[in-house]
Amino acid sequence: MIDVAIIGAGAVGCAAAMELSKYKLSVCVIDRESDVGEGTTKANSAIVHAGFDAVPGTLKARFNVRGSEMMEELSKRLDFAYKRNGAMVLCFDKNDEGKLTELKERADKNGVKGVSIISGDRARELEPSLTDEVTAALLAESSAIVCPFEMTIAFAENAYANGVEFKLSTLVTGVEKTDAGFVVKTDDGDIEAKVVINAAGVYADTVHSFVSDKPLAITPRKGEYILMDRSAGGTVSRTIFQLPTKMGKGILVTPTVHGNLLAGPTAENIDDKENTATTTDGLASVKAKGALSVKNIPWGSMITSFTGLRAVGDRGDFIIEESDVPGFIDAAGIESPGLTSAPAIGEYLCELAGRRLDMQINTDYIAARSGVIHLSALDDEHKNALIKKDPAYGRIVCRCESITEGEIRDAINRPLGATTLDGVKRRTRAGMGRCQGGFCSPTVIKLLSEKLGIAMRDVKKNGK
Amino acid sequence: MENFDIIIIGGGPAGMAAAVSAKKAGAENIVILERDKVLGGILNQCIHGGFGLHTFGEELTGPEYAERYADMVRDMDIPYELETMVLDVAPKPDGCKAVTVISPTRGVCELSAKAVVLAMGCRERPRGALGIAGFRPKGVYTAGTAQKLVNLEGVHIGREVVILGSGDIGLIMARRMTLEGAHVAAVAELMPYSSGLKRNIVQCLDDYGIPLLLSHTVIDIKGKDKLEGVVIAQVDENRVPIKETAKLYPCDTLLLSCGLIPENELTSAAGIRIDRRTNGAMVNESLETSIEGVFSCGNVLHVHDLVDFVSEESARAGENAAKYALGAKREKCESFDIETGNGVRYTVPVSISPGNADELTHIRFRVGDVYKNVSVVVKSGETELVRRKSRILVPSEMVDLLIKKDKLQGISENIKVYLEEA
Ligand SMILES: Cc1cc2nc3c(=O)[nH]c(=O)nc-3n(C[C@H](O)[C@H](O)[C@H](O)COP(=O)(O)OP(=O)(O)OC[C@H]3O[C@@H](n4cnc5c(N)ncnc54)[C@H](O)[C@@H]3O)c2cc1C
Ligand SMILES: Cc1cc2nc3c(=O)[nH]c(=O)nc-3n(C[C@H](O)[C@H](O)[C@H](O)COP(=O)(O)OP(=O)(O)OC[C@H]3O[C@@H](n4cnc5c(N)ncnc54)[C@H](O)[C@@H]3O)c2cc1C
Repeated sequence: MIDVAIIGAGAVGCAAAMELSKYKLSVCVIDRESDVGEGTTKANSAIVHAGFDAVPGTLKARFNVRGSEMMEELSKRLDFAYKRNGAMVLCFDKNDEGKLTELKERADKNGVKGVSIISGDRARELEPSLTDEVTAALLAESSAIVCPFEMTIAFAENAYANGVEFKLSTLVTGVEKTDAGFVVKTDDGDIEAKVVINAAGVYADTVHSFVSDKPLAITPRKGEYILMDRSAGGTVSRTIFQLPTKMGKGILVTPTVHGNLLAGPTAENIDDKENTATTTDGLASVKAKGALSVKNIPWGSMITSFTGLRAVGDRGDFIIEESDVPGFIDAAGIESPGLTSAPAIGEYLCELAGRRLDMQINTDYIAARSGVIHLSALDDEHKNALIKKDPAYGRIVCRCESITEGEIRDAINRPLGATTLDGVKRRTRAGMGRCQGGFCSPTVIKLLSEKLGIAMRDVKKNGK
Repeated sequence: MENFDIIIIGGGPAGMAAAVSAKKAGAENIVILERDKVLGGILNQCIHGGFGLHTFGEELTGPEYAERYADMVRDMDIPYELETMVLDVAPKPDGCKAVTVISPTRGVCELSAKAVVLAMGCRERPRGALGIAGFRPKGVYTAGTAQKLVNLEGVHIGREVVILGSGDIGLIMARRMTLEGAHVAAVAELMPYSSGLKRNIVQCLDDYGIPLLLSHTVIDIKGKDKLEGVVIAQVDENRVPIKETAKLYPCDTLLLSCGLIPENELTSAAGIRIDRRTNGAMVNESLETSIEGVFSCGNVLHVHDLVDFVSEESARAGENAAKYALGAKREKCESFDIETGNGVRYTVPVSISPGNADELTHIRFRVGDVYKNVSVVVKSGETELVRRKSRILVPSEMVDLLIKKDKLQGISENIKVYLEEA
């Protein structure tokens, strides 16, 4: 019997695993996908929200603010991309400016610093591509951007280095309460655990219902995005939000940590939790709304579009608590700002689990983790030293992002390494550029097939 | 720092032809830099025939054509470095160009050259850039990637295939997949005409009974992890899908052949002026870009349909690069822009300086639609330089016009290229 089984290897499950690995516990993270972070965590806006939006007193506000405070230090210690770029919320109608004041008041109550209201002209001074329609804006200096998969992989690798087990490509089909704890049933055997953490994203309701009769419902809400080439990344430097307008809930336009330009998301409640398809109407609405904020968005440099599903709970807030079944802990309804909150939620989940377990400090705990070395981030001297040591670092495989064979081998060979094309892509950015893997995927497939000992045609893009 | 007379970026047919003619023209200290493990560029994966009819007077496969040029490169002792990727090109104050490269043997280092030839080829337009809605499953490939997987890696990629876009690579892959035992259900083309060569439609589709659906496009992609089908609909004259005509085609493979994009990231970063119509550099009659001593040719300049034209054009670029590197100065004389009129989408070059023109100057262009019984007219003011009748002109076939040097002497106004009813 292990101490903790975590169902779901998204940002939340991995953050919880990382926190728990600071103690002498046996922990196993189970996910149906072949990699961590393949659920909602891979498809979102990637904003580390400052905390002016969450209603004071809610769990969202509490964990958002704490998460945003933790993120910069974590990004350094665990080596993932993070940038404090600031944000603005745009107002397009003088009559709406009261809403900016409301946000400012929320920020004050939530204890968020560096938030102010500025005029439309000042906003255009700071971000020259904003449209003339902007009448005023809220400026939030502490807003940041992060790479959500790198972050989650970093959490997972750190947890793994500290002894957490990862059982991927494994679907949880049931959970049974026993006298000693739980039996987690999967399509690949049973796992007995004293405590179970439910971090199953849009499926947290299903997983909850395995053991509890108390209702909990998650509605998937679709958000579609357009991603543009790095040549468009400089269009704005901050994350540009909108107040809701006559066209409905606003969308954002933001640079990503890797310098691309991202616009979206739409918001549409749907029934099918697997429906991550984009739609013609959705993409058209992103374009129409984006044009309200920013002049001349270069839509022509679009390199891909994608969809994320928000796991919207039925309480209007995160549901993070021990359920009515002792030892079964829910982390459900983790919609935005869930990514930002993840490290703080992880701390709290660890605390909740700790109430049921004997918590001995893991004295061998390894605090730091280093990511895949990105050749392009080094200076020439270090580049040359690395290429001399391993010539594979001198061999470019992904031409658009200048990713070398050395980086790809590192992503595949490292502990808890990539086993799919998307896994390599998320760890190295090979295939994320303007040609979207057209040139490099045959080589990446070959490297994966060699390492995994399978035929090239059996190498997966993602999924089980 | 290592100094060269000419650095040629790209070892495809363009780069090799440029190197060979540069050497013939007297340049000694040349190097070809190629990021792949072999010379030959995209030709290595084009194992079908149809190459070289113009250049060698016989029909060769892509690799055979490439090998002919690679042999010339080796016979002439022209150095080339493989697995060497150029990261940056920048003009230096002394007029030379700094070329930053990375390779397993060199590491990252800066080379210098008097002249540079840009011959980086092109890449395919990926799915994302097409903005097709739906899922993003395994089973969607650009036609060239599929060609590489099937021809070079021997991977079996699918059994039931739909192809979007009727570019030549898509057409050739329709045949290739059929020969591999797959069933190609249809080739859908957004435009009312094909973007591939007539001979490829006949030899690759008609001969195998594969339907070509003109004015049709893919509007939805089904299947979350693995492709399960695509929805194809007819489009109206504004290219808007007509929803009532939507039909599901179950398939496990979707190949995209929707256009090629010249690889000009290096070019733009160097500050060279790019023509938005071709996405290639703007060049003069000598194939020289807006930076003196930097020349461009092949698919990186504008997308060609026949490799023979690539070789011919690149030979001129190589020769001009050699002249420049050996110190020949351009004649100081007036240059005239080429303006496009009715039906003509772009021209290469974009300007001509009569004093610097060769005996024969090429003007190459594509038309924007299908035109029947028209004359191509080239005029400067009232002086008619060329008039050529054509029974049919299609966007998929590049037009190549030749102007004799003596015709250009004495012109005093910009040059206009347009179509006129014949
Ligand atoms: C459109 C959109 C925009 C967003 N923007 C932001 C933002 O800018 N900033 C921010 O802070 N937050 C944002 N969020 C929210 C953030 O993305 C999520 O809160 C966060 O990713 C949730 O992580 P998670 O670990 O709870 O869920 P997930 O990442 O969905 O992880 C759940 C995991 O559980 C697994 N699973 C489910 N059922 C089972 C089962 N039966 N067996 C095994 N495994 C199972 C899944 O495979 C999945 O990997 C956004 C969300 C969306 C949709
Ligand atoms: C997939 C495909 C199929 C085709 N099929 C046919 C056909 O059937 N019949 C026909 O006649 N024509 C065909 N063509 C057209 C014809 O073959 C091409 O026009 C011709 O190969 C172009 O030659 P190129 O040298 O300009 O480009 P390429 O052959 O693409 O060569 C460019 C070379 O430059 C290298 N390079 C690029 N950037 C760098 C850098 N930064 N540093 C170092 N090296 C670099 C590349 O690796 C490549 O080897 C096809 C073209 C494509 C793309």
